Amino acid sequence: MARVTARGLWKTYGDHVVLENVNLEVGDHEFVTIVGASGCGKTTFLKMLLGIETPSRGKLLIDGEPIVPEPTADRGIVFQRYSLFPHLTVLQNVLLGLEFERSRLLGKLFGTSRRNALANANRLLESIGLSSARDKYPAQLSGGMQQRLSIAQSVIRKPKILLLDEPFGALDPGITLDLHELIVELWKRERMTIFMITHDIKESFQLGTRLLVFDKVRHDPQAPEAYGARITYDLRLRGPTARSVSEAVEVAVSV
Amino acid sequence: MRRLVNRHPGRGGAWVLGALPFILLAFVYVIASQLRSAENANDKLLPTPAVLAETIHDYAFEEDSRSGSVLLWLDTGASLKRLLIALALAAAIGLVFGVATGVIPIVRATLAPFVAALSMIPPLAVLPILFITLGLGEVAKVALMVVGVTPVIIRDLALRAGELPAEQLIKAQTLGASTWQLIFRVVLPQIWPRLIDSLRLSLGAAWLFLIAAEAIASTEGLGYRIFLVRRYLAMDVILPYVVWITLLAFTMDWALKWIRSRACPWAEMAR
Repeated sequence: MARVTARGLWKTYGDHVVLENVNLEVGDHEFVTIVGASGCGKTTFLKMLLGIETPSRGKLLIDGEPIVPEPTADRGIVFQRYSLFPHLTVLQNVLLGLEFERSRLLGKLFGTSRRNALANANRLLESIGLSSARDKYPAQLSGGMQQRLSIAQSVIRKPKILLLDEPFGALDPGITLDLHELIVELWKRERMTIFMITHDIKESFQLGTRLLVFDKVRHDPQAPEAYGARITYDLRLRGPTARSVSEAVEVAVSV
Repeated sequence: MRRLVNRHPGRGGAWVLGALPFILLAFVYVIASQLRSAENANDKLLPTPAVLAETIHDYAFEEDSRSGSVLLWLDTGASLKRLLIALALAAAIGLVFGVATGVIPIVRATLAPFVAALSMIPPLAVLPILFITLGLGEVAKVALMVVGVTPVIIRDLALRAGELPAEQLIKAQTLGASTWQLIFRVVLPQIWPRLIDSLRLSLGAAWLFLIAAEAIASTEGLGYRIFLVRRYLAMDVILPYVVWITLLAFTMDWALKWIRSRACPWAEMAR
């Protein structure tokens, strides 16, 4: 549950312009899918939402407030890989968020508070179909199960915004469908705002309530880095209930 | 006939092949010592197995007439105590500074160049300073080993901590982790196996510094004994001592490896 506003947002590294003049208004509980060619600033935009990159110019606001310039618990993230903790079992991976929240000093819970957190984590694992793998380590899971776990891990802290950076990019198509169901269910249940980068156009139409296309409008062949990308298409879609691409396009608004 | 690169020895075969060089070495030694003693019954250079056995018996099971203690165990106890204290200190210091250097940018900027410079100082060059400032007692010997081993451990652990995927550290922060929680729950547990590896690799250096320190100033210890009896060309003492030291070092290495597989089962899977 969060509104995100970008006003005249620029990101530059020296002479290299990555994003130029991005304007955006995203409401509560939207499912925003982001597509665009490689190097078009999608990931930079996500990193700014995450707080690990700062805008060079312009404003990026969450619920009207400037974004805290470091990752915090109100913005969850699922990367394509490497975001699980290999030294913790499945259950411990999910439990970790609660332990960070409730034990400020050690990040480890004991006694009653541990039992409560465990019940919580177990319930979540149950609901996403991972309870049979509870005591396995991430290295023992398939790619699909690892992403399932990574999503669960992020959701347990109930973030206002969930950021997904090509979360299904490395998975088989069949497994991706299962994960689509999972993410939509969680999106409805937890009522968070989702930003999801994807390379899969079909996926972006099927899942999103809103589809953003990042692209360069101006291009100088002599100086390819002189102009940055902006949002070239901002489509409002029917949302994750839609079944096919043709059905999904409800209104097309070009910027 | 398969190619040589595709032919793997079986379990038993590997044992036999592994034992072969040891057996060969022992065989060559026995022959050579027999030849020399046939020429000169008082040969000191390659004592025969019989002489060796007698000396080992004297050192390992008989009390020394002067000191009243069994020398091998006296020496082993003294050396191991120094070695273990030094390794424990080096591990503790290495862990604290290594993790801090690897994870906290301000600490890295402050310490990384300093530790890099420190690790280039030849520890044996510092030995006289240690003896002058700390005296000839136990402290100086332990200090030499700590000085020699710690910078390497710090640098190794800092590298490993720095190699943890950025995704993991960011993810932990989005789960609400403070710096301290991040270190305690995410970084430290993943650094343990690396610390054990680092200690295993440092064992050789630690033994080297131990023997050097004992050779120069000591009244007991494995290194002290070897250098003491060197004056009498007592190869019958030196050779068993060298084998014994090797055996001790090998056992420690194996024990550390065992601890690693027990304490960090996930580390073997992640490979």
